[in-house]
Order: sequence, then C-alpha cells, then structure tokens
Amino acid sequence: MGEYALLAGQLFNGVSVASILLLAALGLALSFGLMRVINMAHGEMLMVGGYLSFLTYRFAPARLGFVLALIVAFVGAAAFGALLELVLIRRLYGRPLDTLLATWGVSLALQQAARSIFGAIGVEVTAPKWLSGSFTVKSGAMAGFNLPYVRLFIIALAVAVLSGTWLLIQRTRLGLYVRAVHQDREMAQALGVNTGWVDLAVFALGTGVAGLAGSVLAFIAPVTPTVGQSYIVYAFLVVILGGLGNLLGTLLAAAVVGLFSAGAQIFTSVSFADVLLLMFVIAFIQFRPSGIFAARGRALEEA
Amino acid sequence: MLTLEQVGAGYGLSRVLNDVSLRVGPGELVTMLGRNGAGKTTLLRTIVGLHPVAAGKVTFAGNDVTGMMPHARARSGIGYVPQGRGIFPHLTVRENLRLGLAARFGRGEGRGAKLPDYIFDLFPVLARLSERKGGLLSGGEQQQLAIARALASKPTLLLLDEPTEGIQPSIVQDIQAALKRIRCELNVAMLLVEQYLDFAWSIADRFYVIQRGSIAAAGDTRECSADSVAHLMSV
Repeated sequence: MGEYALLAGQLFNGVSVASILLLAALGLALSFGLMRVINMAHGEMLMVGGYLSFLTYRFAPARLGFVLALIVAFVGAAAFGALLELVLIRRLYGRPLDTLLATWGVSLALQQAARSIFGAIGVEVTAPKWLSGSFTVKSGAMAGFNLPYVRLFIIALAVAVLSGTWLLIQRTRLGLYVRAVHQDREMAQALGVNTGWVDLAVFALGTGVAGLAGSVLAFIAPVTPTVGQSYIVYAFLVVILGGLGNLLGTLLAAAVVGLFSAGAQIFTSVSFADVLLLMFVIAFIQFRPSGIFAARGRALEEA
Repeated sequence: MLTLEQVGAGYGLSRVLNDVSLRVGPGELVTMLGRNGAGKTTLLRTIVGLHPVAAGKVTFAGNDVTGMMPHARARSGIGYVPQGRGIFPHLTVRENLRLGLAARFGRGEGRGAKLPDYIFDLFPVLARLSERKGGLLSGGEQQQLAIARALASKPTLLLLDEPTEGIQPSIVQDIQAALKRIRCELNVAMLLVEQYLDFAWSIADRFYVIQRGSIAAAGDTRECSADSVAHLMSV
C-alpha cells in the first residue's frame, strides 16, 4: 500500500467517523440549544437503534429488511426519546443538574436492560450484499486505497439527515417555532406557540437521528450494551466544539473531531490520539468558549 | 371580556400584586397608569400567563383562564406587546409576523391563516423591511413590528406595555396615530400601560391607577380630569 493510499484511507476514515459523530451529536446539540437539557442517555439511543435493527433483521431478513431496519431504528428511538421527555425531562425543567443525574440513571438502566435481554457480548448484523463490497484502487500511486460501500453509505446518510434537518428548521412552520423558542421562549408562548410540543418534537427528532446512527453503526461493529458510551464522549466534544444548537457548527466540529482522531492515528496509537484530541478541545475552548460559531450580537447576550 | 378578581401574584415570597380587581369590556380601551415598579408589567404578564397567579381569578371571554398556559390564552384571543418589544432578533420581519399567526394555527384556522392586509396599511414601514432581521431594526420599527405581530393573531384583547417608551418623538406620533386607528377600525379591546398621561387620556375610555401592587384609583376619563390622577404618578 502506497503512502498516498494510507493518507487518503485515513482521510476517508475520518470523514466516515465524522458522519457517525454528526448523527450522534445532532440531537444533543438541538436539545441542548433549545431546552438547556443535557441528556446523558443520548448514547443509549444509538444502542436502542442498533438492537432494534438487529431485531428487524431477524424477523424480516428479506431485501426490505435494510430499509425497514433504518425506519424501525429511527421511529423506535424517537418514541423512546419522546417517552423520556414526557416522563422525566419535562418534570425536571429548569433543574439541569437533576436532569443530568436522572438521565444518567436512565442510561445505566438501559445498558443493564440490554445486557439482560441480549447478553453482554455484542450481536452482529450483516450488511446486505450490495453494501458489503468495497471499491479498491488496483494500481498507480493510490494502489491499495480502499473504500468500503458501507462507509460511503454512512456518509451519504449523514449528508441526507443534515440537509433534511436544515430544511426542517429553515423552511417549515415547526422550524420557525423551534427558532423562535430558541431565541425567546416566553414571547413564543405568548404568541400561541405550544412550547411543550416543540420541545417534545425536537427531542424525539434528536433521539430518532441517534437511533439511525446506531442502526448504521451495526454494519461496521457489533452492537453491545455499551456501544453508546464509546460514541457519546465524542458526541459531547462535538457539541462543545461546535457551539450549542448550531447546525453548521455541529457539522464543522464533527469534521474536525473525526479528521483529527483519524489523522493522529497515522502517527500514534488510538488511545494517545484520544489524549491529543482532548487536549486540542481544551485548548480550543480556552480561546473560543462558545464554540466555533459563537452567536454574535447584543440581542443574544441579553437573552 | 377580561375580568380580574382579587388577583395576587409575586416573585418567591414577595408579593408584587395584591387584591387587584379590574375589568375590560369588549372593544373598550382601558389605560393602566402607575409609577415605575408599581406592578404594571407584572400585571400584564399575569394576564398573559407568563407569571403564575398566587390568588384570585382571571376570566377571559367567559372562561376561567387562571391556570391556563400562555399559548392557550393567546389562542383564545389575547394579543401581547411586551415591554422591550420581544422581537426575535435573528428572525426576519416577515418571520416575526408569521409567528403572530401561531395563535390562529393553534386555533385550527389551518393553511387559510394569512397576514391581514391592514397590518401593512397601519405600519407601511414593515413592508419595506420584510427581509431585515428583527435585531437590526430601530426601537421604533421594532415597536411597530411588535404591535403588528400581535394584530396578526386577530386578537379580541390587546395588551400593550408602554408602547412609546424609549422611542424617538416622530415615531411616537406614528404609533399613537396607529393605536387610535386600531381602536376605531378594528374593534379590539385594549389594556394600555402608558406613561404619557395626555395621550392615555385622549384615547382611553377608562383608567386604573396602580400603586404598590394595588389599584389606587379608577374611573372614567371623560368624568375625571387627567390632573386629578397626576399626583399619583409623579415621583
């Protein structure tokens, strides 16, 4: 394998990791931006999505299984999120620390539930045939450069989800309400916006997208009870780096985190790459405490 | 139309409103006067539902709304122009106005809900600014937008919290002229918190004076002279 191929391979890896991080972090960024709620159980929505896909494949192994699994993972995780919001988070509104603890408890309970139902060892999902191949450069300077279709699909899915979310926020009535609640919750209420419903919709959407991420993750790694834990830390880093509730910031931050760890892995071990990443993020927020795109303007400082 | 019976409200343990009773009839214009800190803004926020009622009862359009959420009150016909204007700074003028339709969508008017034409007739400046971000408007423009946005919901009661505060004199005249037209042409009841006594007197049917959270005086603007309450407002 040539030097360029290694570099290009890591670059591609970085982009595909960034795509998963984007899917995992999108919901966190949205719900924190809107509701100031830190959902520690967000990682478990990936896990829920993963196991739901696994179950779908077991019962519907036909060609449709693949699309069906994505839908089931999204809807199932969204329903789970909606339930969590209605039963728990709504009751603790305005008490961020209690929300943190309570959702952490939910996270532990979900992990243990998964352990009891599916066992501690991960379950495997086989990608459909047309996704399991890869594109390989055979000769030239890039010889050995390998593009697995699964990872290409993940990137495409992330792009689709991000564009869909952007359109939803910018072009629909719900999106207008979301932006209004984000800027001035009380005024939005006084104009007749049911903010409780907006919160619920955004939270469910965010957990649903995390479920999607879990569903595609199942193609590249086994689904384990702790699969959420391994991604949630990075997702939080993305949210911190990107600025809260900012789609473009979240996109860029996911790219930075994904490429940074993939890039660092060329020179050093995986764990030391994590150390470097953490140091980078700490250094970064020293200079830009509100993330890449800090909301500017007098109006927001007052809010 | 709107009735408050012995309403009390406060922040934590300190009471801001005590035993406030008042009434605004259909199409009536009532002005609320009082010094800074007397509780005028808290009173309006309590009517809108942004501030919890600790005692008493609020009735609107025949329904007890005391424990009702703000969005439900807005849908039942209460329009609110807050102090500080409450413009969404990162939304355009058009988007701010569209949010005025939220109450009507919530009421079930569906896709037929459109901005009424009289909004741009009353405030022509808004048509020109429709793609400008709310945060970039001048204070006067923001105030006109806030009133227009409240009118977009076709309210039967409009609550206005010092609509001329901190605005340059020429625009104050525009706003006062617009309020007079709204009163004559749209048949909306209004509760107006105002600092210009002369203007309040020229437009209102009745007045209340609030002092330390309680109603200190009330009456008909045609029967009492403005001078008779001036001493209650001077600092």
